[in-house]
Amino acid sequence: MTEPLIKVDQLTKLFTASKGLFKPATDFIHAVDGISFEIALGESLGLVGESGCGKSTTGRLLTRLMEATSGQVLMKENGSMIDVASVRRGKEMRIFRKKVQMIFQDPYESMNPRRSIYDTVAEPLAVQHIGTVPEREEVVANLLHKVGLTPPEAFLFRFPHELSGGQRQRVAVARALVLNPSFVVADEPTSMLDVSIRISVMDLMLKLADELNVSYLYITHDLAVARYMCDRIAVMYLGKIVELGTTEEILHNPLHPYTKALLSAVPIPDPSIERAPVAIKGGITKAINPPPVCRFIERCPYAADVCRANDHPPLEDKGSSHFAACYLVRKGAA
Amino acid sequence: MEHRTSFGGPLLEVDHLVMNYSTKKGDVSAVADVSFTLHSGESLGLVGESGCGKTSVAVSLLRLQADNARFDQGEIRLKGENLLALSEEDMRKHRWKDISMVFQGAMNAWNPVYKVGEQIREAMDLHIIPTLTDDESAARLMYLFELVGLNPAMLDRYPHEFSGGMRQRAIIAMALSCDPQLIIADEPTTALDVIVQDQILKELKRIQAELGMSIIYISHDIAVIAEVTDTIGVMYAGKMVEYGPTTEVFASPRHPYAYLLLNSTPSITGPRRKLAPLEGEPPNLLAPPSGCRFHPRCPYMTEQCRTEEPFLSDLGGGHKVACWNWQQVPITIRSGSAA
Repeated sequence: MTEPLIKVDQLTKLFTASKGLFKPATDFIHAVDGISFEIALGESLGLVGESGCGKSTTGRLLTRLMEATSGQVLMKENGSMIDVASVRRGKEMRIFRKKVQMIFQDPYESMNPRRSIYDTVAEPLAVQHIGTVPEREEVVANLLHKVGLTPPEAFLFRFPHELSGGQRQRVAVARALVLNPSFVVADEPTSMLDVSIRISVMDLMLKLADELNVSYLYITHDLAVARYMCDRIAVMYLGKIVELGTTEEILHNPLHPYTKALLSAVPIPDPSIERAPVAIKGGITKAINPPPVCRFIERCPYAADVCRANDHPPLEDKGSSHFAACYLVRKGAA
Repeated sequence: MEHRTSFGGPLLEVDHLVMNYSTKKGDVSAVADVSFTLHSGESLGLVGESGCGKTSVAVSLLRLQADNARFDQGEIRLKGENLLALSEEDMRKHRWKDISMVFQGAMNAWNPVYKVGEQIREAMDLHIIPTLTDDESAARLMYLFELVGLNPAMLDRYPHEFSGGMRQRAIIAMALSCDPQLIIADEPTTALDVIVQDQILKELKRIQAELGMSIIYISHDIAVIAEVTDTIGVMYAGKMVEYGPTTEVFASPRHPYAYLLLNSTPSITGPRRKLAPLEGEPPNLLAPPSGCRFHPRCPYMTEQCRTEEPFLSDLGGGHKVACWNWQQVPITIRSGSAA
């Protein structure tokens, strides 16, 4: 792998689940629980898992929309690794915000309805004091062209409600890329779009990533979408990364029992294929004060004594950079 | 429960249904000449993107359409009886008892202050005539919960004590409460995680086989439809553009829209490949395109498509397509089949 752009080390976020007015909190939801991974320059890493697994929280921690409880996020900036948590408000934060952007799930909620498309896309430029008004107009028009909203003049002074969902999400992509960021967190950017429009937005994001050398953290619950978009996939379960590897490795040679179950539950758009039954039962719970054993133990069909006797298994390389957090997967299995 | 009256013909026939919504800006052509037939025990999937009219068709079957909706043409016949001609009073006798519906997002519509069991009993009290005695309804509630894979002890619990998947199971129990012959399931698993989705779909399939009822699935997710239906209808802009046995339509979609839809769905099986996006946006149904409604986005468009509306014609074996140029559409080699 080439040198990392983002290096996440033991990142943790706890939410309090119980709090009295005078009583200190005793119950914590372990939303993100000591996860570590790297994202290379120009790489797209998919973060997949069921609702409540901590994938969106991870995205918010990486963009500093939320402060981590502990752990470290390092980002390469001007040749050195800076600690994202230490970025202070003001000038430093402005530089950070220039480099890191986010695309949200809901194209209807993530835009100010009273601002025109030009205002929406140009706002980051205004905040960063970049360019004069005519220059900004030119930048925005070029970008709208790039994201397929053509002719740009027809869109510049329209408002979000005049656009379809797919067009709005293109505006969101344009807004995220207007400052030439090196890292974009995309949280389910296409899950609210219709299938036919979804592909064109995904293709657009892939094309722009290639042209502008942007790295993505692509958060999704949909493994088929992750496969289309990502170079590598990390599978999360109750705040932990349970498996991490190249996309095709994860899909064709899943090691962790949870990944296997998740893959076997994905419906296949081909009625001639009969899926194997899903091995696990029940649904995801909340990780409130989880006991110090494997997070997946309750639903795992293979849980053995070693799993009950030890702490949550570490995410280990099981061969050829395919990582899994499971005692029952031997080294070299990948 | 009571015996179902036997009827020789199909369970449900939708015959040239036309429904418009009148709005301030004019009429929105939501369902434009849609016909299909459903037999007892059959499961039909209606697929299409937002605004294609699939939910409008579904609510029409129960006559629960919005106030500004108008049926301008066509019939909906349940065992030969035209539902659109019934008085509201008579229609009410069919609702829930003959046809019930799992509404989209219904799992989030439980009344939070009543126990789940009480809410299902309310539906039974309203629709089952003569009303069941307390013992009978208690027994039926237990039976329903067991049928959908819930512990009958949960009948005395409140909705917030149920997980998402359990709430959806309880909604299905409610839809089954009056022993309907047809259930309409509108996006029954859209809000659920894949593992729970898999459980619910399997449960529905099992219950359907056990009770021998018919199900109409409505979904934007063609992978779900591929797995649970016998027959599929692809809708676009208020029109049924392709209809036929699910295996056949998936193996060889003949309408350009169906073809592009199937080919723009990412899958985890088969080779990793570039998908073909569908250019353009769905049409404005206040002023639908002339001729074929898909022509502005269609790669196989000819002059005829602009002016003449194609009709749904049978290619053999019940596989129907509404396209002038269906022979131009490539024979698909599905990604999945190669795996």
